[in-house]
Amino acid sequence: MARRVSVQTRIGFTVLAWAVALLLFSPILWTLLTAFKTEAEAIATPPTFFPQNFTLENFEAVQDRSDYIKHAWNSIVVSVGSTLLGLIIAIPAAWSMAFAPSKRTKDILMWMLSTKMMPAVGVLIPIYLIFRDLRLLDTVHGLTLIMTLINLPIIVWMLYTYFKEIPVDILEAARMDGAELWNEIVHVLVPMAVPGIASTLLLNVILAWNEAFWTITLTSGRAGTLTAFISSFSSPQGLFLAKLSAASLLAIAPILLLGWFSQKQLVRGLTFGAVK
Amino acid sequence: MGSITLEHVNKSFGEVQVIPDISLDIKDGEFVVFVGPSGCGKSTLLRLIAGLEDTTSGIIKLDGQDVTDAAPAKRGLAMVFQSYALYPHMSVRDNIAFPLKMAKLPPEVIAQKVDYAARTLNLASYLDRRPRALSGGQRQRVAIGRAIVREPKAFLFDEPLSNLDAALRVNMRLEITELHQQLKTTMIYVTHDQVEAMTMADRIVVLNAGNVEQFGSPLDLYKKPANRFVAGFIGSPKMNFVDGPEAAKHNAHSIGVRPEHFKLSTTEGAWKGTVGVAEQLGSDTFLHVQTDGLGLMTIRTDGDQTFKHGDVVYLTPDATRIYKFDAAGKAI
Amino acid sequence: MATKQTRALARTMMAPAVIVLFIWMIVPLVMTLWFSFQNYSLINPMMTGFAGWANYVYVIGDPSFTQALVNTLILVGGVLIITIVGGTFLALLLDQPIWGQGILRILVISPFFVMPPVAALIWKNGFMHPGYGMLGHLWKFFGLQPVDWFNQYPLFSVIVIVAWQWLPFATLILLTALQSLSEEQREAAEMDGANAANRFRYIILPHMARAITIVVLIQTIFLLGIFAEIRVTTGGGPGYASTNIAFLVFRTGILSNDIGAGSAGGVVAVIIANIVAIFLMRAVGKNLDA
Ligand SMILES: Nc1ncnc2c1ncn2[C@@H]1O[C@H](COP(=O)(O)OP(=O)(O)OP(=O)(O)O)[C@@H](O)[C@H]1O
Ligand SMILES: [Mg+2]
Repeated sequence: MARRVSVQTRIGFTVLAWAVALLLFSPILWTLLTAFKTEAEAIATPPTFFPQNFTLENFEAVQDRSDYIKHAWNSIVVSVGSTLLGLIIAIPAAWSMAFAPSKRTKDILMWMLSTKMMPAVGVLIPIYLIFRDLRLLDTVHGLTLIMTLINLPIIVWMLYTYFKEIPVDILEAARMDGAELWNEIVHVLVPMAVPGIASTLLLNVILAWNEAFWTITLTSGRAGTLTAFISSFSSPQGLFLAKLSAASLLAIAPILLLGWFSQKQLVRGLTFGAVK
Repeated sequence: MGSITLEHVNKSFGEVQVIPDISLDIKDGEFVVFVGPSGCGKSTLLRLIAGLEDTTSGIIKLDGQDVTDAAPAKRGLAMVFQSYALYPHMSVRDNIAFPLKMAKLPPEVIAQKVDYAARTLNLASYLDRRPRALSGGQRQRVAIGRAIVREPKAFLFDEPLSNLDAALRVNMRLEITELHQQLKTTMIYVTHDQVEAMTMADRIVVLNAGNVEQFGSPLDLYKKPANRFVAGFIGSPKMNFVDGPEAAKHNAHSIGVRPEHFKLSTTEGAWKGTVGVAEQLGSDTFLHVQTDGLGLMTIRTDGDQTFKHGDVVYLTPDATRIYKFDAAGKAI
Repeated sequence: MATKQTRALARTMMAPAVIVLFIWMIVPLVMTLWFSFQNYSLINPMMTGFAGWANYVYVIGDPSFTQALVNTLILVGGVLIITIVGGTFLALLLDQPIWGQGILRILVISPFFVMPPVAALIWKNGFMHPGYGMLGHLWKFFGLQPVDWFNQYPLFSVIVIVAWQWLPFATLILLTALQSLSEEQREAAEMDGANAANRFRYIILPHMARAITIVVLIQTIFLLGIFAEIRVTTGGGPGYASTNIAFLVFRTGILSNDIGAGSAGGVVAVIIANIVAIFLMRAVGKNLDA
C-alpha cells in the first residue's frame, strides 16, 4: 500500500471506522456486559455500563431452568454431524465435477444451488408429517439428516471451487503410480485440499449451528438445539433481562469464537469462489 | 520387456480430430522421442499410451497384449510430468515410496528401493524435505525417482525439462540418457526441442497436426528427411528453402539447403547477398544474408569469420547436399 | 479430459449427492402439491376429500396473503438496500489506511455469527424495549417519549434486525472485491485526473458489480425464508403487519393445523421463490463460472 495520506486523514478515518464498528458490535457488547449484572441493575434507569455487582448467578439460573449443556450438546452433534455426513457425500461428487466434468456439470451445480432457493415452508408440512410417522420428530438424528440435506449444495459448491485449483496432473500421477480411485482420493486429493475442506467444515458448522427454522419446528424438548433453547426465552414469563443475556451469550459464544478464528476463509467459502 | 505398438489409433475430442490415424511400433529398450510443433498432439499421444485418455478407435498393445481398455494403474508404465506433479503434502521419501505402497510391497522392501533410487539420483540428503523446499532440478529427480522405483515396462516423459534453465537442461539431458543406458528400459520422451530429440533419441517420431511425418534415427532424419516439414523441423538453424525458377533448375518445386552446406566467398558464387545480422557464438557464426531475389538465408560459418552488417557476400550451395521437394512437399 | 472409465466412475461418485438432493426436493414438493388440493385439517378430522382450488382460493383470497406478499418484498428489498449501501460505505471505510484493521474486521463481522433468535431477542429486549431498552434510554435522555418499536413499526423493526445480521456479510464480500482492485488501476485513474467521486463511479463501482450480484443472490436465498426473527419478536403481528409468506404458511399450517391451506400457501411460496430464482440465476449464472 503505497498510498500517501496525511496523519490527520488517517486519524479521521480511524475514528470514524471505530465508531461505526463499535456501533455494530454494541448489541453483542451489551449482551456480554448485561449477562454479568444483577436483574435489578440490568433494568436500572439510568443504565450502568460495567456491571457494578459482578455476578455469575445468571448463568447458574439459565442452566437450572433450561439445561444449557444438553442443548449445546445437541447443537454440536447436529452441526458437526451434519457437516461430516455432508462432506462424505460431497467429496466424491465434487471430485467428479472438478476432475471429470461433462457438459452437464455446470447445470447440475446450478440445480443443486437452486434447491437452496426452495423455501423451507413449502416443504415444512410434508416433512413434518413424514417425521411424525417415522418417529423422527424431536430426534437428533432426524435433525442431523435435514441439516445435511439443506447444506449439501453449499458443501458441494465450496469443495468444487477448492478442488478445481488442484492441478489434475497430480491426480493423474497418482493414477500412473497405481493408485485406485479410493487411494487417489484418500492419499492425494484430501490431504492436498485440507485447507479448503477445513474452511468448508467451519462455515457449514456455523450455518448449521445458526439454522433456526427446522431446529425450531422439528424439535421440542429432547432434541432441541441452542436455537430452540434461546427461543424458549422469548415468552414473556421467562423474561429476565440479565438471565436472557446470559442465555444469549452462552448460545452464541462458541460459534462467535469459531467465526473469528475462520473469518479469512469465510469470504471465499460463502461466495463459492466467485469473489477472490 | 516393454515393446509398444499402436495400430490405427485415432483420437477426437468431441468434434475435433486431434490424431487422425497413427500406427507405430516401438521396440523394447528403445529411446523414442516425439517431436513436433506446439499443439500437434504429442502429449495427447503420450497420454493415450499411458491410459490417461482413451482412444476413439484403434488398438494399443504392450508387449503384444491389447491394453486399449486397461486403466493406467494396470499398464505398468511410469510417467514423468512437465509440472513434475509431485505430491506436495508428502516428503521426498514418501513421494518416491508412493507407487510401492500402492503396490502393497512390504515396508523393508520399500525402504530398500527408495534408498537405492535416492542414491542413484543423488537425492539421499533431501529425503525428508517437502517438494516445495527443492530446486527445479531436484524436483525433476524426485519425479524420475518415483518413476524408476516401480521398475516399469516403459517410461513416459512429457517435456520433463522445459521448466529448467538452459544449463540444468543440458545436465538432466545427460542424466536421463545415462539412466536409459543403465536400465535399458523403453523410454518415450516428448519434447518440442529438436536438440533434445537429436541428442537423446534412438529413433525420433516427427509429428505434425496429429500425423507421423517420419519415424527414424536422428541421422536418418537429418540426412534423408521424408518431406519439407521434417527437413525444416530437424536441424538448427533451420534449413533454407527456395522456390520458383531457381528450384526448377533442379527439377523440383522447391529446394532446401542447410545453413552448414554453403560455400561462402566475398568475390564470386551462385547467389549474391548482403549480410544483415551476424550472430557470433564463438565456435560458429550465423549470418543472416539478404539475397537478391531469393529472400533471407541463414548461413553457418566458423567462428573466426568477421563479416559485418552490409558486407556483400556470395553463396554457393554444396551441390551434393541440396534437398529437392515436389509440389506436395515430398522429398524427391 | 479423461477416459470412459473415469467418466463412468465420476457419474457413480456423483450419484449419491444428486439422488439425495433430488428426493429431498421432489418428494415433499409433490406431497405439498397433493395436500394443497385436499381437505385436510388436524383440528377437524371429518373434513376429507378432494378440495379442488378451494385451498388456493382461501389462501390467496385472504387479505393476509396480499399483505404477507407485500411484507416479504419490503423485507427482502429493504434489507438488500440497507446492506448493500451500508456495506459499500463500510467497505470503502475499512479499505482506508486505518489503525487496528484486524480488530475492526472482527468487530464488524461478529453480527453474522449471531443466531437469528438471539439477534432478535437482543434487539427486542436490550435495545427496542420501550421500558429498559437502550434506545428507550437514549430517547429519554433527549427528553423524548420512548418508542414502542414492535407495536408501532413492526416490519421496520424486523428489517433493522435482519439488516444488522447481514450487513457484515455484504461488507466483507464487498471489501474483498475492493481489495482485489489493483493499486495500479487506481493510481492510473488518479494520473488520468479522475477525482474521488469519478474514481468511485467509473472504476470502483463497475469493479464491484460482480460482488454486488453475489451479495444479492446469496442474501435473497436466505431473506426469502426469514422466520425466527419474526417468530421471536412480533409473532407476525400486530395483526399481519409483520407476517411474511414464510411465516404465514407456518401460521396457517402448523399453528392453525390447516394442512390443506398451509400446503397451498407453501406451493405459492415455492412459485414465488422460483420466479425470483429464475431472475437471479439469469443475472448471476454467467458470473458464477462453474
Ligand atoms: N481435453 C481436450 N479437449 C479438447 N481439445 C484438446 C484437449 N486436450 C488437447 N486438445 C487439443 O489437442 C491438440 C493437441 O494437444 P496436445 O496437448 O497433445 O499438444 P502438444 O503437441 O502436446 O503441444 P505442446 O507442445 O504445446 O504441449 C491441441 O490442439 C489441443 O487444443
Ligand atoms: Mg504437450
